[in-house]
Amino acid sequence: MHPEPQHHEHVVAGGALPHPSDGYTHDHDEVPHTHPDPGVDPHEPLVAGPRALRIGIGGPVGSGKTALVAALCRALGDELRLAVVTNDIYTTEDADFLLRNGVLPAERVRAVETGCCPHTAIRDDISANLDAVEDLEATLGPLDLVLVESGGDNLTATFSKGLIDHQIFVVDVAGGDKVPRKGGPGVTAADLLVINKTDLAPLVGADLAVMDHDARARRGDRPTVFLSLVEDRLATPVADWIRDLAKARIPA
Amino acid sequence: MGLATLLVLADGRLPSGGHAHSGGLEAQVSAGRVRDIDDVAGFLHGKLATSGLVAAAFAAAACDRPARSPELDAGFDSRTPSPALRKASRAQGRALLRAARAMWSLPPVSREPHQPVALGVVASAGGLTPVEAAVAAAHGTVSGAASAAVRLLGLDPYAVHGLLARLAPDCDRIAAAAAARAGDPVDDLPAAGAPLLDIGAELHATWEVRLFAS
Repeated sequence: MHPEPQHHEHVVAGGALPHPSDGYTHDHDEVPHTHPDPGVDPHEPLVAGPRALRIGIGGPVGSGKTALVAALCRALGDELRLAVVTNDIYTTEDADFLLRNGVLPAERVRAVETGCCPHTAIRDDISANLDAVEDLEATLGPLDLVLVESGGDNLTATFSKGLIDHQIFVVDVAGGDKVPRKGGPGVTAADLLVINKTDLAPLVGADLAVMDHDARARRGDRPTVFLSLVEDRLATPVADWIRDLAKARIPA
Repeated sequence: MGLATLLVLADGRLPSGGHAHSGGLEAQVSAGRVRDIDDVAGFLHGKLATSGLVAAAFAAAACDRPARSPELDAGFDSRTPSPALRKASRAQGRALLRAARAMWSLPPVSREPHQPVALGVVASAGGLTPVEAAVAAAHGTVSGAASAAVRLLGLDPYAVHGLLARLAPDCDRIAAAAAARAGDPVDDLPAAGAPLLDIGAELHATWEVRLFAS
């Protein structure tokens, strides 16, 4: 007798036993083995249905990626079922930030380590991030939106299309108003460019008109938005951009 | 023999999650036990002779008879006392299967097998032999940690690759020994252990700031 498939799947996830579809007899259950947490099944039932919209958020160190993620959780948390994957070297820092700001419970945030190579984890070898997304969906049930926040990197970092559907690149005015002119795949190819911390522009002598002009020259028709999370705690233009994508994905 | 296929499988750029693991090196660097190229040489020699030998044996055995993978998986579990290392091994096994499914048609295998077991099953699916699977396992045991050494210690990458070249005959020797026993009962397969790697992995898993997953 085989147990019903759902139950068997849980046992397999513990590690040592064959998959129900692999044709082994049940005798393999009698092979002596141990489990790290006997009696504890960490897996919720897998769910049917389409997978969540995945948005990558990249950009240099300190440009405000985590603050943007927090703002998006605040803005969208009540209308979309969302979760976050972070790639920060501080394994709990970003999760703590989101918790402290009261925008996302801990079980909706996963951290992955990147082995000193944040761009590798989002572009060349996306397996750890894909596994994190899968685990979130398996644990939480169906999701509408998963935000994948990259570790702080440089202007050449971009996400693989195998990991995300659309990507946002975040730069800030304090990094210098020449950043859009420098280009790089993040600035030129991201689906949305966010120029953050506009409230600091007068203090650092950044010319927003120059940044706007250079961004248009680099990006053609791709959208660019200016943002100050101090003044707009809901990151309204970015949240609206995501709302449109989510609507296009899930027919009403 | 499928030499080019073996190169594809053993390529460090194979997107199978390895880049995020230091093979236990980060914990030993932090503890001050590994500081320079000579220390790295000692670390890699020790790792190859212990976890490298076990990985090669289980990869060869799984390649020889993929249907034995559940039994091999349990046997590898019992040779991995550290829960953190079990988790790291299973995460890399899962990631390898993800990459392999895009390359070859895999036989039924559990969702998250230990990495060497996954490697053997994948090698078999790619048409490779047990000794080739064992070479990939032994080489992978040292090359991943060597790459992490360059990043963690800022070592001269040429010096590190010189080290890998000198270790290559040892990898071949260990792989041949492992493959010769591919058909042995699971309980008779090598069980060499490295307690400092186990202890280091458990400490590493508690850090708030770490660069590598293991």
